[in-house]
Parts: sequence; C-alpha cells; structure tokens
Amino acid sequence: MMIDPLSVFILLLGAATPILFAGLGELVVERAGVLNLGVEGMMIGGALAGFAVAHASGSTALGFLAAAIAGAALSMIFAVLTQFLLSNQVATGLALTLFGLGLTAMFGKPYEGMKAPAMMPGPLGLNWMIWLGIALVPLVWWFLARAQPGLILRAVGENHDAAHGLGYPVRRVRILAIGFGGALAGMGGAYISIATVLQWTEGMTAGAGWIALAIVVFAQWNPWGVLAGAWLFGGVTVLQLRLQAAGVAVPVQLLSMAPYLATIIVLVLISARQKFGRSGGAAAPGSLGRPFHALR
Amino acid sequence: MFRLEPRTSAPLVWQVATPVLAVLATMIVGGALFAAMGFDPLAAIRTIFWDPLFGPAAGYSRPQLLVKAGPLILIACGLALGFRAGIWNIGAEGQYIIGAICGAAVALTAYPLDAFWIFPAMILAGALGGWAWGMVPALLRNWFGASEILVSLMLVYVAQKIAAWMAFGPMKNPEGFNFPGSRNLQQYDAASNPELIANSGLHWGGVAAVLALAATWFVMSRHVLGFHIRTAGAAPRAARFAGVRPERLVALCLGVSGALAGLAGLFEVAGPAGQITESFGSGYGFTAIIVAFLGRLHPLGILLAGLLMALTYIGGELAQMMLNLPAATVQVFQGMLLFFLLGFDILTRYRIRRRA
Repeated sequence: MMIDPLSVFILLLGAATPILFAGLGELVVERAGVLNLGVEGMMIGGALAGFAVAHASGSTALGFLAAAIAGAALSMIFAVLTQFLLSNQVATGLALTLFGLGLTAMFGKPYEGMKAPAMMPGPLGLNWMIWLGIALVPLVWWFLARAQPGLILRAVGENHDAAHGLGYPVRRVRILAIGFGGALAGMGGAYISIATVLQWTEGMTAGAGWIALAIVVFAQWNPWGVLAGAWLFGGVTVLQLRLQAAGVAVPVQLLSMAPYLATIIVLVLISARQKFGRSGGAAAPGSLGRPFHALR
Repeated sequence: MFRLEPRTSAPLVWQVATPVLAVLATMIVGGALFAAMGFDPLAAIRTIFWDPLFGPAAGYSRPQLLVKAGPLILIACGLALGFRAGIWNIGAEGQYIIGAICGAAVALTAYPLDAFWIFPAMILAGALGGWAWGMVPALLRNWFGASEILVSLMLVYVAQKIAAWMAFGPMKNPEGFNFPGSRNLQQYDAASNPELIANSGLHWGGVAAVLALAATWFVMSRHVLGFHIRTAGAAPRAARFAGVRPERLVALCLGVSGALAGLAGLFEVAGPAGQITESFGSGYGFTAIIVAFLGRLHPLGILLAGLLMALTYIGGELAQMMLNLPAATVQVFQGMLLFFLLGFDILTRYRIRRRA
C-alpha cells in the first residue's frame, strides 16, 4: 500500500484546521484564567450558522464571518453566567455544549442534505482558511508574549486578585477573551461543515471541541504547541481514513477510534511529564477555573 | 447599584427555590421560543409538562415515566458523589454503553440456555463493565495527573465506536437477515428485564434506582465517606488534614459512578431497548448530569429531578407527534434549564445588597 507523503500532509492540514482554530481560541481564554468547556457547543453553533449563511449567500467568507459571530454569541451566555453570576465554570461549559448541540439539532433540520458552496482556493492549492489558521499562531504568540494587552491578559489569568489590585479590569479582559475564544471556535466548527464535510449533519463536530481542549493542555498553553497538537491530531485522522480506504483488515469502527485514543494518550504523556519530568514544563495559569469576585 | 456579599452557608429556602425558579424560567423562555417559531406556546408547554401525566393518552405515557427516570436517577446518584467531591465524571454515557455491552455479552454467550443465574450474571457484568470504563480516567488521573474530564469524555466516543462495531460485527444477530444489531433480549426470557408490575413501567432498573437513592442518602449524610467527599469538594487542603486520601476518593467516585451507569445500561439493553445497536447510547449519561445538578446533588432532589427530566423526554415525544415540534426541543430545554439553574444559584451563595 502506497501513501504519498505530500498528499497526506495536505489532507492533514485540512483535518487539523478546525482543531487549530478552536484550540487557539481556548488557549487565549485559558490564559485569561477561564476554563470554557463549551468549545464543542460553540463549534457546532458555528458549523450550522456558517453553513446556513454560506449556503444562502454563496459566499464562504460570509459563512465564516457568521460562524464567528454565532460562536461569540454563544460564548457570551457562558461569559454572563461565569463572570457576572459567578457560576461554576465546568458545569456552565458543559451546559453550553449540551445547549449548542440541542439548539443546532433543532434549527439544523431544514439544512440537511444541502450542499456547501465551494471554498476559494488559496496559494499552493490550500484554501485560505488553512493559511489563516497557520497565520494566527504567530499572531497569538506575539500578542501573549509581547503586546501589552496580552501581558495584562496573562496577569489576569495568573493571579486575578493581584491584577485587580493593580487596577486591571479583570472581568472585562475575561469577557473579551471568552468572546475571542467563541469566535475562533465558531470558525473552526464552520470549517468542518463548509470545507471538510461540505454539508450539515446533526452533531457533526463529533468531539472536535473536546479534542481542542485536550490539545491546549498538550500544548502547555503555548500557541506553537497548539499547532503541533493540531497537526498530530490531523495526522492521526488522515492516516486512519487512509487505512480505511485501503481496506485494512480492521473494522472501520475500530479505526475511527484512533483520534480519540490518540488524544487520551497524548494527554497522559504530557500530564505525566508535568508530574514527573525534571523540567516540569509550563503549568496551567494560576487562576484557571477559579471564579473572581472583587469584594471592593 | 448592587453588590454581592458571599454567604457563609446556603439557606435551605434558596436551595429549594432555585431549581423551581429555574424550571419556571425555562418554561417562560421556552414558551417565548415556541411563539417565535410559530407554535402556540401554552399548548406546547401543556403538551410537554401536563399531557404525559394527565392528558388523553396518559394511560400509555405514564408508565414511560419510570422507564425513563430509572436510568437517569441511577446514573445521577453516582455522578452526585463525584460532583460533591470536585471529581468530574462527564463520561457516564460511555460507561452506560460499555455496561450494556458487557451485560449483553453474557446473555448472548449463554443463548439459548435457560438458567436462573443468567440475569444476575448480566447484572454483575454490566456493573463491572461500567466500573472498568470509569476506572480508566480515575487511574490515569491518579497515576499521571491526566484530566478526568477530558479522558472520561473521550471514552464516550470510544464506547460509541465499540457499540457500532458490536452491532455490525461480533454481536450481530446471526438470524437477523444481515441487519446490524444484536439478538433482542426481550425475546430471551432468561436474560430479559421485563416490567415487574403490568403498566407501571417499573423494571429492575427502577428498583436499582431506588436502592441507589437510599444508598446515596446513607453515604452522604450518615457515613464518614460522605464527610470526606463533602470536605474534599469544599476545601481540598483541609480534607488532607482530615485524613482524606484524594487518590482513593477519585477511584471510588469514578468507579462507583461508572458501575451505576453500567447498571443503567444493562437494565436498558435487557429491557426497553432490547438489543445493542449502533446508536445504543441515547444521551441518558449526559442528561443525568443535569439531573444531578437540578437535584442539587441530594438524593431527594435527584428523585424529583429525574422524574421531571423523564417527563420532558415523554412530553417532547408527544409534542413532536401532536404539534410537530422539532425532536431536539427537549435537548434545548435541558440545556436552558441547566443555564438558569447555574445562574439562579447565585442566590444561594451570595446575598444581593444595594450598594451604599
């Protein structure tokens, strides 16, 4: 059986793109000290909104814009609940995922069986969303490492009480980060419906949002690590599909477990390194998942 | 304007009132959503919440209440233990599927033998299967520090793939005309989980749910383990000084909730579902998370919340038939309910004061 490396790499870039977008978004959210487990819900929201608008307008660009807006809008439910009503972030994120899956199943019915418009091809035969995803990596890195708002965002994430004491608007920073994360998750989801599957089906994100959450841990909260994780995931997905197509004597259902098992293995390896490794690696942001309530 | 003042303890009034408020708010906003979609909101709400119990077809739908509430309550009891301790098993759906597969494996191996031990052996296998599936995230967290949230959730997808493989492969009914899906256990007396009292909807899963509720109540309020769980959730550092060993708690909570979810799956496959199919997992594992929260992680609350969620399932199906409401309405309702619940919860944890 021959597997041409270049064509596999091109497919890999496509398979990695939804995870890359969602992962980069969630990375910024977590660096601001917020754990949003609703990525899957925002992705599926973006997948439907993006598909619907792209189908109606014939423009994939408008589709991705709508997906970003839909993802950000869904994330604002999470923002209001966790930032103003100080709800538990784990439970609220879960609720967002369940709500997003339900809402899209409800409103997505009429779109089943329709076809997405064609993506505009970009340089080197890769579509422009793949390029945008890759370009976002250094941008997010630069923002977090060099730009002043990024430094404030990290301060808020590491120690919200200290950041508040210094006069930084903890809540506003976090709400903006949550919105950014939602927009990217929405675009990642739309990539699945518009560019990969080319149609809308219920629950089509199939755990991509959860994989993105795991990739952020794998990346140790570093944008370049998210890129590596997304490519690794994309590689596993493509390889698994190739093996299916080649008719390997392993049941299809077992092969399609590969991305999920790979995610678990990667998560275990990186957690073990953090636990036992001498260098230790980067730890999670200090205030991750903790609600912030300023008494004064 | 207003400021929030943390409470030292949650008043009972608000603990009881917030779930009720959340349900009412869901009905109001849900009604508005129906109106916006062009349905009569009052008719829709009545069809979902009233007609299954007291409407013209209630004779058929009322038994369904226990059929649906049984697995929800059984799973939610286990989840509540972990949630109290800050241990997040969100993969109950996977443990439910694996429990069903293990239980069905016993039955399909024994087929067509007629022996008294088959059903008890299936129960054991179901519980063990769910336990093992729950122990994977527990051990990975204890050994390597991997997030049990992500691992348990990933294992849901793996379990779904296994169910599909079983339905198309090893468990496919040899007399099923090549259709996917296992033999129907309802037609295999030694392995079936029938209705115990005619037209009540009560099967062994319902009995197990009641036992689980009693056991949860005993553990949480009468046993030192409940104290450990509550301390670990409220103050992890203090818990260590009180002699709590976090690793054991993680293994216990994930193991027990896995076993209960596995049992729920077993009772479902031997009873109402009848067979392992590609889409055996029907979301009970996720809805049980909402049941646990809506019931405030308390056995009595879980009982009521489980019945209410079961009602929305039945009502949702009814509304789909009678009013042509989309099938996913119930899912949207459940998500909304959890949002409102989490939002209103601020009333139990904070006092709202006017800013001076």
